[in-house]
Amino acid sequence: MSDVLMPQMGESIVEGTITKWMKKVGDPIQRDEPLFEISTDKVDSEVPSPVAGVLEEILVQEGETVEINTLVARVGDGSGVGKKPPKTEAKKEEPQEAAPVKAAKAEEKKDEPAPAPQAKGEKRAEAAPDANGRIRSSPLVRRLAKEHSVDLSDVTGTGQGGRISKRDIEAYLKDREDKPARKDAPAAAGKSAAVSGDLLTAFRPAPEARFGDYTVEPLSTMRRKIAEHMVMTKRFAAHVSTVHQIDCTAIAKERARVKDKFLEQNGVKLTFMPFFLRASAVALKEFPTVNASLDGSDVIYHRDVNVGIAVALDWGLIVPVIRKVDEKSVLGLQRAVNDLADRARKKQLKPDEIQQGTFSISNYGGYGSLFATPAINQPQTSILGLGAIHKAPVVIDDAIAIRSISYVTLSFDHRLIDGAVADQFLTRLKDVIENWSGPVL
Amino acid sequence: MSLAIPASNTLATGAPLVRNEERPACRYEDLGRMDYTLAWELQRDYVERRKAGLIEDRLLFVEHPHVVTLGRNAKNENLLLTAERYRELGIDLQTTDRGGDVTYHGPGQIVGYPILDLKEWKRDVVAYVRALEQVMIGAVGEFGIEAEQVCGCTGVWVKGAKLAAIGVHISRWVTSHGFALNLAPPMEYFGYIVPCGLTKPITSMELLLGEAPRRAEVVKALQEHFGLVFGRRMEPQSLTRE
Repeated sequence: MSDVLMPQMGESIVEGTITKWMKKVGDPIQRDEPLFEISTDKVDSEVPSPVAGVLEEILVQEGETVEINTLVARVGDGSGVGKKPPKTEAKKEEPQEAAPVKAAKAEEKKDEPAPAPQAKGEKRAEAAPDANGRIRSSPLVRRLAKEHSVDLSDVTGTGQGGRISKRDIEAYLKDREDKPARKDAPAAAGKSAAVSGDLLTAFRPAPEARFGDYTVEPLSTMRRKIAEHMVMTKRFAAHVSTVHQIDCTAIAKERARVKDKFLEQNGVKLTFMPFFLRASAVALKEFPTVNASLDGSDVIYHRDVNVGIAVALDWGLIVPVIRKVDEKSVLGLQRAVNDLADRARKKQLKPDEIQQGTFSISNYGGYGSLFATPAINQPQTSILGLGAIHKAPVVIDDAIAIRSISYVTLSFDHRLIDGAVADQFLTRLKDVIENWSGPVL
Repeated sequence: MSLAIPASNTLATGAPLVRNEERPACRYEDLGRMDYTLAWELQRDYVERRKAGLIEDRLLFVEHPHVVTLGRNAKNENLLLTAERYRELGIDLQTTDRGGDVTYHGPGQIVGYPILDLKEWKRDVVAYVRALEQVMIGAVGEFGIEAEQVCGCTGVWVKGAKLAAIGVHISRWVTSHGFALNLAPPMEYFGYIVPCGLTKPITSMELLLGEAPRRAEVVKALQEHFGLVFGRRMEPQSLTRE
């Protein structure tokens, strides 16, 4: 069952109006087939279905305007048409040191739109029944409440007079999902602990730092998120790094040979990234643990190879993901790298473009670093660091030759991956690069 | 209340200053007089080919015989005549999939249909509409007309009168439909509708300048400013169609 959300058709757009449903409930639909149309400012946009299936539910009608990311429909296998939507799985809980439970929503590293804000620990204003004893809400909200066995008097209404809107009930449902046994329950799975648990907060007070002539600037939201992620990843993953020296002369030569033709033919400049992306894809397919993620103590082996590329921004760092790297050509990869980096700098990435990575690459060599030990991007278990490609004397067949080399680091989570696997992975990657024979043009 | 935003003729969109050879290409063609539905079919064909990456961006210029079109937000009360009366007057009536309400196209109006993949420009439909306005403002500026954008009213305005209208359709970030610039259309035809649902006056280049410049010159200015605003290398589409 897939949720279909109101998309954001531009940076400054906060809502959309549905002008037309292209399908009725019960109709089959293909992936990417237009499902509905929305209008914004003289632009009518088709919105494609994210998955193939059957349109099971329409939650927002033609003519209605809703905020972006609002749930507008559900597409499933057809079994849910006209019935209650299937229950979502309760999140796994892990026993933690007794961290006090706060009413705050657990923050995730990825950008997720927050539902109606709920204040920490304050007494919630419960919806007051009106003169007729009924809670103020629309028929749609009452139907949703019935379907999900919700007592409306438990729901906070953010509308006028405590009126409960569709968003309010969705927020309540999401909240209920995340904390199934709200009272006295231990905090949910580790990744939220960095924010809600006192012991794992990312920051400590240091008033002794305020000396002399100074200015104060609180951290931006993005910087806070990065800080929290860094502390969390170092806390949970047993970081170990291994370094190999890779002779990049072959790919440097190949690149020099074809780059003008490449630019002329394709309109994009060829860099070293596509070579390392393809080599990574080959090695990741052969060493599935390096491509895996850890969810609690479960190993998630991904079939797809989705590689995140760390992009340095003026105001922080972001890791947009290239999906299915193993299926893309050198040109396709170069375009993807350029597109994601460009849109990252212009703040035009979509939330789903920084999610679902299985592996990451940090090309700090571009900034001059020869050698570094990057931090793993959760929930992945490895990250590849590329040192600057530079000319150096190396020994080949007992003679000294000048070659273009790079120190390539794999930082890996020793909870899952052992040194032998990490080194075999890098050896394979090195092998692909040093003996490059793939098509480039 | 609407706020007048004066336009500048420089790169207001922040299009990067890239050498012309490095810019992605966009082919433009002037299709001359073409029936609305035929042009729409042609656009749909181009859109599919653009989505498939088979062609680069396109900019089509066309002139329609008298037609009143109803966009996705069209309200019937903005049609001031009956269907029969429109027919009697020789005006075609068409429902279409562009955004916007009711509008009129006819001889003397330059209609532009950019088939652009916004994934290769900016995934922002509002920015796209603003950029189209910039293109037209720049182009008419070459003829001495100081036009502007008006916050809250899409289109190109000169002292409160509408000079050009915009209505766009997006399918997987590929645009179709576009803009209509009044060069020298028969103004009384606008009286048969409530254009875009607004009661503001409509104007044309002919009314503003006393005499309409040649269509070919205005098309040239539009195409050039399109290249500037969208950062595209404009190339004429050869007469032998692919």
